[in-house]
Amino acid sequence: MSEGRSPLFLPLILVGGLIFGFGLGYSHMARPEVVLNFLQLTDFGLLFVMGGAAVTTGIVFQLATRFGDGAPLTGTAYTRRLKSFDRNVVVGGAIFGVGWGLTGICPGAAYASLGVGNVPILWGIAGMFLGAYAQGVWRSRRTADEATPATAD
Amino acid sequence: MVPPVPLDLAAELFPNGIARYAIGGLLVGLGAAVIYLGTGIIAGASTFLESTLSYVSDADRFQQYRPSRDWRIVFTLGIVGGAAVYALLFQGGAWTTEVQWWRLLGGGVLVGVGTRVGKGCTSGHGVCGVGSVSQTSIVNVATFLLVAIGTALAVQAAGVTP
Repeated sequence: MSEGRSPLFLPLILVGGLIFGFGLGYSHMARPEVVLNFLQLTDFGLLFVMGGAAVTTGIVFQLATRFGDGAPLTGTAYTRRLKSFDRNVVVGGAIFGVGWGLTGICPGAAYASLGVGNVPILWGIAGMFLGAYAQGVWRSRRTADEATPATAD
Repeated sequence: MVPPVPLDLAAELFPNGIARYAIGGLLVGLGAAVIYLGTGIIAGASTFLESTLSYVSDADRFQQYRPSRDWRIVFTLGIVGGAAVYALLFQGGAWTTEVQWWRLLGGGVLVGVGTRVGKGCTSGHGVCGVGSVSQTSIVNVATFLLVAIGTALAVQAAGVTP
């Protein structure tokens, strides 16, 4: 992909990330306590964060896939995010759910949490790297062991 | 007891109002939309973990993300920076959590495993997948929401605070 990239590619990603992170800060999702308030059913505001974000992307995806010719900076065709379904989608969701319920942190909100000055979140980010590393090494090994290719994403 | 009128109910469900949540959510969606419209990329936050590990590990699972690892770092730095701008403008300095370090670390490990096994997180499945009306994502989100609510209530019942 790097060959077809415009010089504006990385600056645009940065701008998108800045808006994304500002939104996570503004919505208070960068504070684990606020997420835990939702999960403990005392403040349902999180539904508006996820809903507001999903409606926005939903409209943009819909319009772009219907009327867009391709992304200006890469030439890539616009598609929707449709991943194949298998058992892992439920198993992974459940494991993530236990972690999210324990801490109130998810990856994007954890990066934003560092941005709002929450230094202790580094424990959480370190944990995420450990978890991703453990499952990645385990999966790579299993794929190498099996003659048939394992379920790919 | 007088039955609660709708306004009381709203105050009970949303003790901090909805404006900050709805506006923040729109901005999160807008950030993802800017990247999508410019590049066609549907960005999620959790793949950054694996793609960045490709710098230190040769495992196939991480190396497959080599082509995207540079922009994923830029995206993550953007998220950190955008939240820092928010903190400077609206928060008046740094904010720190009261949640204990062992909860952050242990929960973080499960978040790391779960988002990678489940092919996405709150941004990939929750925002972009649901925005795509993907049934896979909707099942994933329903699963993690229900499990997380059960876990958080159990932790609270066990008396772990914060």
